[in-house]
Amino acid sequence: MGRYIARRLLIAIPTLLAISLVIYVILSLSPIDPLSQFGADPRVPPEVRENIRRSLGLDEPLHVRYVKWLGAMVRGDFGQSFLSHVPVIDLIAQRLPNTLAVVGVAYLVGVLIAIPIGLISAVKRYSLLDNVATTVAFMGFSTPTFFTGLLLIIIFSVNLRWLPFIYDSNLKITDLASLGQQVKQSIMPIAVLGLFNAAVLTRYVRSEMLEHLPLDYVRTARSKGLVERTVIVGHVLRNSLIPVVTLIALGIPTVFGGAIVTEQIFRVPGIGELLVRSIDNGDIPVVAGVLFVFSVLVVLFNLIADVLYAVLDPRIKYA
Amino acid sequence: MATTGMRLTPLAGTEALERPARSLWRDAWFQFRRHRLAMVGLFTLSFIVLATLVGPYIWTLPTNDIDFSRGLLGPSLEHPFGTDDLGRDLLARALSGGRISIAVGLSAVLIAITLGTAIGALAGYFGRLDSPLMRLTDLFLSLPILPLLLVIIFLFRDTLRAALGPEVGIFLMIVAVIGILNWMAVARLVRAQFLSLKQKEFVEAARAVGDPDMRIIFKHILPNVLSPVLVAATIGVGGAILTESTLSFLGLGFPPDLPTWGRLLYDGKDYIDFAPHWALFPGMCIFLTVLSINFIGDGLRDALDPRRGL
Repeated sequence: MGRYIARRLLIAIPTLLAISLVIYVILSLSPIDPLSQFGADPRVPPEVRENIRRSLGLDEPLHVRYVKWLGAMVRGDFGQSFLSHVPVIDLIAQRLPNTLAVVGVAYLVGVLIAIPIGLISAVKRYSLLDNVATTVAFMGFSTPTFFTGLLLIIIFSVNLRWLPFIYDSNLKITDLASLGQQVKQSIMPIAVLGLFNAAVLTRYVRSEMLEHLPLDYVRTARSKGLVERTVIVGHVLRNSLIPVVTLIALGIPTVFGGAIVTEQIFRVPGIGELLVRSIDNGDIPVVAGVLFVFSVLVVLFNLIADVLYAVLDPRIKYA
Repeated sequence: MATTGMRLTPLAGTEALERPARSLWRDAWFQFRRHRLAMVGLFTLSFIVLATLVGPYIWTLPTNDIDFSRGLLGPSLEHPFGTDDLGRDLLARALSGGRISIAVGLSAVLIAITLGTAIGALAGYFGRLDSPLMRLTDLFLSLPILPLLLVIIFLFRDTLRAALGPEVGIFLMIVAVIGILNWMAVARLVRAQFLSLKQKEFVEAARAVGDPDMRIIFKHILPNVLSPVLVAATIGVGGAILTESTLSFLGLGFPPDLPTWGRLLYDGKDYIDFAPHWALFPGMCIFLTVLSINFIGDGLRDALDPRRGL
């Protein structure tokens, strides 16, 4: 097992390198001059500009700059924000926990809804419940997350006035009341992503269960006298979840995309909101840093999915 | 799948005689019609597409006529979708915006399908290319798509706008970027099909009579891959429309004078407490379009699945 994980880790490194190269090429091809701040200022003479350029290493060939940039990125030196002059890594470190919390809880909610519903839907195929669940799931992943978010705001904040409109990032949890407030303001962002996840996952669970239900091992399990419950949960569900894990891994970039939208609507101070805000402000170091962190996250979660896959499926040889 | 075996037993007799000559597409249509939700989707989508194509000629209110005295009106007979803060008719804007949204979806998918089919076919047919091309596919699959899209559009928007004009430039760029970042699923699918099909006897026969590789790929294998690609393409159009509206919603899509559905939502989102209609109607347009497309995709998948038999 340890060796399998080590091998996966080794495969993840070239992937990350390639992704960093893609990001670097895109950033360096961009027509926006990193010195554009000075460009507009006529008091800066050309030779001074040239000196700054040299001191920033901008006169070196592309591959040298890439290696230097990558070295800095790996050390966690993402540079400083143009706007606030705070190190980018600090900005990201401040906000990453919020994003991970929203995405993580939303995934949990999604899985908790999807597994039982997908299971019942498959076992009682074409029943009323199956039809309703399938239709609702279809509606779930056809609704853009920003629209779900706005609908929730219209219903729960504007009309019913139950939940706060905007996420208060200064809220400190000190007692029960503030904890309650935190829960209240987290409900909508998590619900938006969680329901989307639930819709996608329900479809996966249902179709994988349907693939497995008619197989021979299920009949064997029944014929040796196992209770139906054990057959379904212990045998069919467990085997069906293996491919579901892969499908979840493939969907991770989409989920992080959804997190950007959700954070934007509810003003949750996560790295997605930071990305959109920095883009609006033209704050390139922050944009590059956040993009890099998103890539690392995607690769990392793919890695976790690979490991989970091995845990769930004993047929995978770790050689 | 439990019933497949039973269904495959000859249903023949009377019914087979009454039915017209069979072809793949006629059979598929026969199957498709039995998928109730897919038919509902087909009608809804046809209605929406027709409305965006013909609508602006029937609903002739201007999309850019500013009249502050008529701002933020709720839905009425005169303005079925209401008006925005500048008093512009939202139905007219939604109709013309829908054209762009749907055009973006179709064009982006065309790019994604072409790229994906080409890469998948090459990887599946030529063993030498398989490993490098699949590495490339895996790499693209682990890119953070939405953040990357945002950054690319942010960085290159102004250059393209200057080079090709605000409308064409942004349209081409959004279509190209969505297309180039979404071919991977199709490539995997096509590759898997090619891998299994190239072992089949009919390909061997084609090779035996001396057909060159390209002819085998295009004439013999590709037609057999068409139906899963069609399903993927259908669902892809929905996905691309969603992506475009997400970009517009984040303020990085089309400029305000080109009101795509996502852009209308973006403009309306700050007014949801006292003018919810502004965001609701464009949102419903996106939702209904994507939902219909997904239902159609599901129906097509069932209809084109050869394992379903009759």
